[in-house]
Amino acid sequence: MKQSLFETRHQPHWQAFAAQLALLEQGKAKAHDLTRFPHDYRRLCQHLALAQERGYSSYLVDPLQQLALRGHQQLYRHRSQLGAKTLSFLLADFPRTVREQWRFVLVASLLFFGSLVGIGLLVYLFPDLIYTIVSTEQVTEMQGMYDPDASRLGRAAERASSEDWMMFGYYVMHNIGIAFQTFAGGLLFGLGSVFFLFFNGLMIGAVAGHLTQIGYGQTFWSFVIGHGAFELTAIALAGAAGLQLGWALIAPGALPRGESLRLAARKSVQMICGVMVLLLIAAFIEAYWSSTTAVQPWGKYLVGASLWALVIAYLVFAGRSRHAPE
Amino acid sequence: MPSHTALPGNAMPTAPLDTRYQIETPEGIDLPLRPAGLMPRALAFGFDLGLRGLILGILFIALAFLGNLGIGLGSILLFFVSWWYMVLFEVLNQGCSPGKQVMGLRVVQDDGTPIGWSASLIRNLLRFVDMLPFGYFLGAISCLQHPHFKRLGDIAAGTLVVYREQPLARPQLPQAPALRLPFALELNEQRAILGFAERQGELSAERTHELAAILATPLQVSPARAVEQLNGVARGLLGPT
Repeated sequence: MKQSLFETRHQPHWQAFAAQLALLEQGKAKAHDLTRFPHDYRRLCQHLALAQERGYSSYLVDPLQQLALRGHQQLYRHRSQLGAKTLSFLLADFPRTVREQWRFVLVASLLFFGSLVGIGLLVYLFPDLIYTIVSTEQVTEMQGMYDPDASRLGRAAERASSEDWMMFGYYVMHNIGIAFQTFAGGLLFGLGSVFFLFFNGLMIGAVAGHLTQIGYGQTFWSFVIGHGAFELTAIALAGAAGLQLGWALIAPGALPRGESLRLAARKSVQMICGVMVLLLIAAFIEAYWSSTTAVQPWGKYLVGASLWALVIAYLVFAGRSRHAPE
Repeated sequence: MPSHTALPGNAMPTAPLDTRYQIETPEGIDLPLRPAGLMPRALAFGFDLGLRGLILGILFIALAFLGNLGIGLGSILLFFVSWWYMVLFEVLNQGCSPGKQVMGLRVVQDDGTPIGWSASLIRNLLRFVDMLPFGYFLGAISCLQHPHFKRLGDIAAGTLVVYREQPLARPQLPQAPALRLPFALELNEQRAILGFAERQGELSAERTHELAAILATPLQVSPARAVEQLNGVARGLLGPT
């Protein structure tokens, strides 16, 4: 068949297909208009193959190729049922992922909590050590924040409740940023994650040790215990996700490094989604619960301890049975 | 496609020296994607950066009137704009952030399908490493040495930044009486002749003559008439309109 005949015969189909594509790309297509879309797409692919095989000119083949490419983009979409997926992710998939990657979680937790507790004890025993880790101004600022005489706790000493919003925003921004950095650093063969885990553990531990040592322990611990359950776990998990990336590069096994990295990234991003949820909860608790002074310290310790138990129980037990509501 | 041609000396190399990336679809056809290099991507990022700055600037001025609530909203906003701007645009706007739209680029998965949430999240979170130690240093190096210009985030997410397909304007074939050659043409010879006829408008008259003169001997005409002869053959291949 000559090119012109082929073209005049099929041109209306192609134009109709292009119109359908334009609708789909703008998101205006209705379901009942699209029943013939897969069929039309396959016919277009057949026409393209014919045109190439018969050596028709580039100005015919190229537009057909473009149409096929656009059709391919629309037909092979990843279907996302965001609502159902989020629920099953929170109820089962996230804790499952954490348990599946327990080696990385263990290493990250040891790095983070190990450096935190270790340096905390050291600073508690040798008070002067704090000044080699944290700058003098920061120490003064920290002392101001957790001074037992202040009425509200947290980043600013005198806070009205209208400022809770401000702090919520600040915590979201600051903490999730840290978690993302800890994760992304894993791409440098895991070194970045190790660094951020260790560094954050060091900072938090030093401040905790120092404040306990100077007698601000009550205000400090009752403030941090509640949201710490979510926040510290989340940082450790972000580090674990980063270490997973790094390990995929260090020991890719039978795969090429790029491929191994791609697979590890797909898994670790699930962990990061969970980390974001944990940090949002943490920011909420930190802004609205941790900072009140209306509750007695023992009440805060009680709630804080049950939050820790809740987080650990969630990560260890959730989603174990196959028939969990998914 | 057969690789030998009538004129081995002037033949095209079998693997063309371009950056095309072929994907094979389940329908069994090969679709070419054209990965975009460092420069257009840097420009697109620059545009996005400017736009984000503008959005933040305007909203911060508005939020400044709200006091502490405004500061809180402002930092949530800063968080969203700095970490989620790219992800939301790429997933919800056919793989184009505004900067990519301006530069005619889009992000797709390695297999040519549209980008999803997880891939977009990976490539944009890992942007932080691409920016290390300063000014996209690692990203630029990775982009320059990768055959498909991927930065580290793209390698991990399995994504590709490609040029969006632009609509083609079809040129008019030059007028000439249709001809049939006394011998059969191979497929790529046929496409070459059609290409010559279609692209004549882009070439100077001298160059057209020079190109056509190469074929004067096999066509058995004088070099001066070769252009007309080739256009005739192209007409003949195209068939009656």
